[in-house]
Amino acid sequence: MLRNSESGFGAVTIVLHWAIAVLILGLILLGFVMRRTEIDPALQFSLYQWHKSFGFTVLGLAVLRAVWWSIERNPAPPPGLGPLEHTAAQIMHRALIVLALIVALAGWAVASTSTLNIPSFYFNLIVIPHLPLRQSEASEAFWTFAHALLAYLMLGLVAGHAAAAFYHHFLRRDEVLVRMLRPGARRRDAKTFNTQENDDTLVERK
Amino acid sequence: MMTPRRPVFKAIWLFALLAMATTPAAAAAAPALADAAGNYRIASSSTVQFSVPQTGGGGGIAGKFAKFSGGFRIDGSNIERSSVEFTLYPESVRSSERRIEDFLRSSAVFDTANYQTVTFRSTSVTQTGADSATVVGTLTARGKARKERFEVTLTDWNKRSIAFTIRGSIRRAPYGMDVGTPIYSNVVEFDMNIRGQKR
Ligand code: HEM
Ligand code: HEM
Repeated sequence: MLRNSESGFGAVTIVLHWAIAVLILGLILLGFVMRRTEIDPALQFSLYQWHKSFGFTVLGLAVLRAVWWSIERNPAPPPGLGPLEHTAAQIMHRALIVLALIVALAGWAVASTSTLNIPSFYFNLIVIPHLPLRQSEASEAFWTFAHALLAYLMLGLVAGHAAAAFYHHFLRRDEVLVRMLRPGARRRDAKTFNTQENDDTLVERK
Repeated sequence: MMTPRRPVFKAIWLFALLAMATTPAAAAAAPALADAAGNYRIASSSTVQFSVPQTGGGGGIAGKFAKFSGGFRIDGSNIERSSVEFTLYPESVRSSERRIEDFLRSSAVFDTANYQTVTFRSTSVTQTGADSATVVGTLTARGKARKERFEVTLTDWNKRSIAFTIRGSIRRAPYGMDVGTPIYSNVVEFDMNIRGQKR
């Protein structure tokens, strides 16, 4: 149940996936709102601090996920997936794994190089030190740009990645999405596999 | 940084202090009360600095106010009947960078669009030593008035002017300026060098 199997994902992979997915989408929304909309300055200050705390949380989870992903077996691709699709999915997953790490690290670099030198007080519990980078306007500007660019690039990839998942689920009606929802999910009924008509068998799969 | 951790706030002006000329030890430093008595205008050469420590060490926020005005009266017969009144224009805040100054002026802190001044009016002066005194008064910022306390020490005087250092630790949250806590301390340390010019 915890570990991946030959045919599906275990709970560890699934929990990490969705926790990171929700946090990342939330952080992008938060990042956009706090930086690009007219909001009350006091609220803006707090949102920045929340963004950093949740961002560090993602960084921690992303490290765990990267480690777990490299030591844990990969389930076989769901039946019905062409080799090209499989390769595309693999590249996408690697890109997302790496981007989650570097976007968060770039965010940490922004906080570290900022001449404002605002401490990162993780959920008001402990101070996370700055990275050993020199604080200067130029370096803050660089990292701010890199962090934003990589974050929105990741958002683009996530959109493609999620679209592919929904395509598989609603159009191809295969088990791709279900596998990522329930540990050790059984295959979808073989009969419905690759047929687009037979709705009934799908509807209430529990 | 220094001073007792009591609320207190910004600018103040005091004066008070002088030691009694009758105290031999202090006689060299402090003027005779009768000599110091009078009305003073706070000179623009005075400085009004503040700092807000930050968690985990590091500089915190430090700055000063460039524009202020006020005056004080030293009572010749009873120092404790002296008084001070001071006005600070937070729009004139200066810090290490523009972003910080703008933030301090914004609705998050001084809200200078709605509150142009911060004022202090003394209600009592208590001598605490040959050249020191405590001044208590009403500090008004962002429309909230509270009792605050500053410690005043005489540093210099001559026939026409008199100078003090004034320190106070003011809690900012009661004035609706709690933004940034607990990363930045709730307590703002004020450190002022106030020179009064006899009118
Ligand atoms: C994977 C995690 C993260 C994501 C997806 C993310 C996403 C974003 C986004 C979308 C923005 C707005 C960019 C813009 O519109 O210009 C932003 C800004 C920012 N992020 Fe992150 N972030 C993450 C992690 C972090 C971390 C860990 C930190 C710091 C410890 C951080 C610090 C910042 C800061 C300081 C800004 C504002 C930059 C500025 O205003 O100059 N972020 N982030
Ligand atoms: C609404 C959003 C999302 C949906 C619907 C979704 C769906 C899925 C699905 C169905 C899989 C399984 C693919 C397979 O069986 O090979 C998967 C895997 C994966 N997803 Fe997502 N995902 C979403 C968001 C994200 C986000 C935001 C990230 C990260 C930045 C991400 C990173 C990954 C990674 C790295 C894998 C591979 C997992 C592994 O092989 O261990 N996903 N996702």
